Amino acid sequence: MLDPTPPTFGIEAISVTKRFGGFTALDQVSLRVRPGSFHALLGENGAGKSTLVKCIMGYYRADAGEIILGDQQQVIDSPRTAHELGLGMVYQHFTLVPSMTVAENFVLGKTRLPAVLNWREELARLEAFFAAMPFRVPLDVPASGLAAGEKQKAEITKQLYLGRRFLILDEPTSVLTPNEADEMLGLLKRMTRDGRLTVLMITHKLREVMAFADEVSVLRRGRHVGGGRVGEIGPRECAELMLGNAEIRRLTDRGGVPGAPMLEIAGLSADDDRGHPACRGIDVTVRAGEIVGIAGVSGNGQRELVEALDGQRPPSGGTIRVHGKLYHARRDEMHDARFYCLPEEPLRNACVASMSVAENLVMRDFDRPPFAFGGWWLRPSSFRAAAARLVERYRVKTSSLDAPIGTLSGGNVQRCVLARELGGEVAVLVVANPCFGLDMAAVAEIHAQLMEARNRGAAILLVSEDLDELLELSDRIFVMFNGRLVHEAAAATTDRVAIGRHMAGH
Amino acid sequence: MPVLAAKPAGAIVEAILIPALALVTALLLFGVFCAFRGVAPFELYALMFQGGFGSWFSWQNTLIRAAPLLLTALCTALPAQLGMVVIGGEGAFVLGGLAAASAAIALHGAAPLAVQLAMAAAGLLAGGLWIAMVGALRQYRGVNETISSLLLVYIAIALLNHLVEGPLRDPGSLNKPSTPPIGDAYMLANIPGTEVHWGFAFGVVVCVLAYVLIHHTVFGFSARVVGGNARAAKVVGLPIGRLVLGITFLAGAAPGLAGMVEVAAVDGQANGTLVAGYGYTGILVSFLARHHPLGIIPVAILMGGISASGGLLQRRLGLPDAATLVLQGTVFMCLLGSEVLHGRLSLPRLQRA
Repeated sequence: MLDPTPPTFGIEAISVTKRFGGFTALDQVSLRVRPGSFHALLGENGAGKSTLVKCIMGYYRADAGEIILGDQQQVIDSPRTAHELGLGMVYQHFTLVPSMTVAENFVLGKTRLPAVLNWREELARLEAFFAAMPFRVPLDVPASGLAAGEKQKAEITKQLYLGRRFLILDEPTSVLTPNEADEMLGLLKRMTRDGRLTVLMITHKLREVMAFADEVSVLRRGRHVGGGRVGEIGPRECAELMLGNAEIRRLTDRGGVPGAPMLEIAGLSADDDRGHPACRGIDVTVRAGEIVGIAGVSGNGQRELVEALDGQRPPSGGTIRVHGKLYHARRDEMHDARFYCLPEEPLRNACVASMSVAENLVMRDFDRPPFAFGGWWLRPSSFRAAAARLVERYRVKTSSLDAPIGTLSGGNVQRCVLARELGGEVAVLVVANPCFGLDMAAVAEIHAQLMEARNRGAAILLVSEDLDELLELSDRIFVMFNGRLVHEAAAATTDRVAIGRHMAGH
Repeated sequence: MPVLAAKPAGAIVEAILIPALALVTALLLFGVFCAFRGVAPFELYALMFQGGFGSWFSWQNTLIRAAPLLLTALCTALPAQLGMVVIGGEGAFVLGGLAAASAAIALHGAAPLAVQLAMAAAGLLAGGLWIAMVGALRQYRGVNETISSLLLVYIAIALLNHLVEGPLRDPGSLNKPSTPPIGDAYMLANIPGTEVHWGFAFGVVVCVLAYVLIHHTVFGFSARVVGGNARAAKVVGLPIGRLVLGITFLAGAAPGLAGMVEVAAVDGQANGTLVAGYGYTGILVSFLARHHPLGIIPVAILMGGISASGGLLQRRLGLPDAATLVLQGTVFMCLLGSEVLHGRLSLPRLQRA
């Protein structure tokens, strides 16, 4: 057992309210996390989970309500105070410094460091700590050398090492393979059972909640709408609580038969920003009327592959052929070959945030009639008519066509990009993480659009970190690991376990 | 103005209010500075207005001083559409003047209009190529354009001095090395009815053309997309290299033309006087105008007025002529500081209840 350790404690949030300008992110949310429990906080994107947790951790001050730690009301005015009270947070993306060793990262996290570090002492303390832990993390390796699963373990043990007895985890399994996720969650569950830890986990994955959590609370649009013990409340009720009355579009049925090869990628290689090879020797052929999915944990070269295909990164080798012709990602080729993209993080990669919705919608065609004459004289007034049609067809919610696209919500930005890219006839479509950060209604809509584009004959390459999405949409699935494609299977006959193994490199 | 109507009202108010605020703050600080030298601020401001805009004579003085600024400001304003910060107008100006003077010498004896056109072409080309180098260095070698354009200014001045004191030197210019005078026949005339040379009109026309280019052509729209988000520009296949080179060439051509005007309308020859700081003041004009080509016109006239009032301040208040440089510097500092205010001003009538 960890000795001497502060005991773990529970947290109660009473009627917490948080507003940002005119927008109410949390509306009188009350939540009780029992000491020693594994509590899941469920809700779709935008429900307020992150905001609530940031109020508890001291990043935000709630506008109303109280937070009670153990049995004492506390005012948590900064993350430092939260840390001193024993609260720790593990984020979705790693906070380890990649070039420092794991031991250095652990020591770095201490709130009070002497001016001169006594490494002998620190290392001895670390050894003693790990002697009492059920697992180990290599201490003298630079953090960049750890696999994602190990990094996540290191983040968690770091919090424990720093004396934190209440852990908040924000979507901790999003960067792990299914097996790593199960292993980590099992570990946490055991520690809460032993009474060493209390865990509050933010997630939108029902499966994990049902398998590992003791209790669940559901947030929807900033309100606490329900919850209960995991045995008593089932997955269907949780899903209903999360969605409320929102209409979720049903996925269009798969139709048609794949046709001729449209996109042929042969031996494609690309380097990352530092010049190291990120993906090597990628061979994929996508036929018309087919969705080919590429699965993989983030950081295995998918980003560079997509950037090499959509024109943002020059390939370091290999060829891309569209309908038999060599393709170099030039604007005229994109137009003639009807090659379109939905890159990830659309606001960052596919839009100019400061330009208007109308201007963004015509970005593919502004140099052609009716928007331009002679290839050089522009008629800005002509943008609006075409933009208005697209906005209506794709149900984009915007205050006006002239509003900067950066002011739209994530879902509406993605709808705009979809409208622009899918609005005409599409021969080839390269899609990356299209539904990241979007609410379920938007996700269902985008999936339906992709399936319809497929049924109309588009050749779609879908690169995603969401395995459920890939399994639902793809005809065939590849797995990408360490920059190479390591596995191919028909989506209908494969299973998560096999894919999960390949995602981890086994 | 059509382009501004596309933006939400708040953005326009902010775009004008914040630089205006910076200007007023700078004037106030300048007043404090002068107060330390025993000058009453009110008298100071009154004389500044009189010296710049108080009489037809002052106005003409102002417009003459504004003329080069209209063009050198474009050297910063055009690349700004691409998101680049170029501050090399001084170098393009100097080389433009030198090239123009050389063209005049080479074509000496030809018809005036032909010579003037050749001078203009030489100025445009020399300035354009000089700043296009900045674009090429950025695009193909990743060199920061601010640093390269600034350092190229020093190289340009050194080139000017070398050529003017050496191969292109007029043997008759003893005290001050200079190219041979181009001759009165080839000097630019004044706008009829005024003492203001045609260079002012050139400047206004070029600013208007720059506005049309940026807001009404495919080229200008493409440049703005690249400036807004280069990653998105690549996804839609825009030719970034060509846009960078094109814009930087045009950005250099403008001050190059201004250099030609300085030789053809003011000096009559190329020498060290070309290094007058118009390029640097142009940077200030562009920032004050928030890099908008049409906004450059009133701002350049304002700066011209401030500079024109220098003489009056010197005579009546005993302030050194360089006092206007102090004001210019203060304006620039206040302007840079005011950048923080963008997006943070809650203007009363725009707040929701």
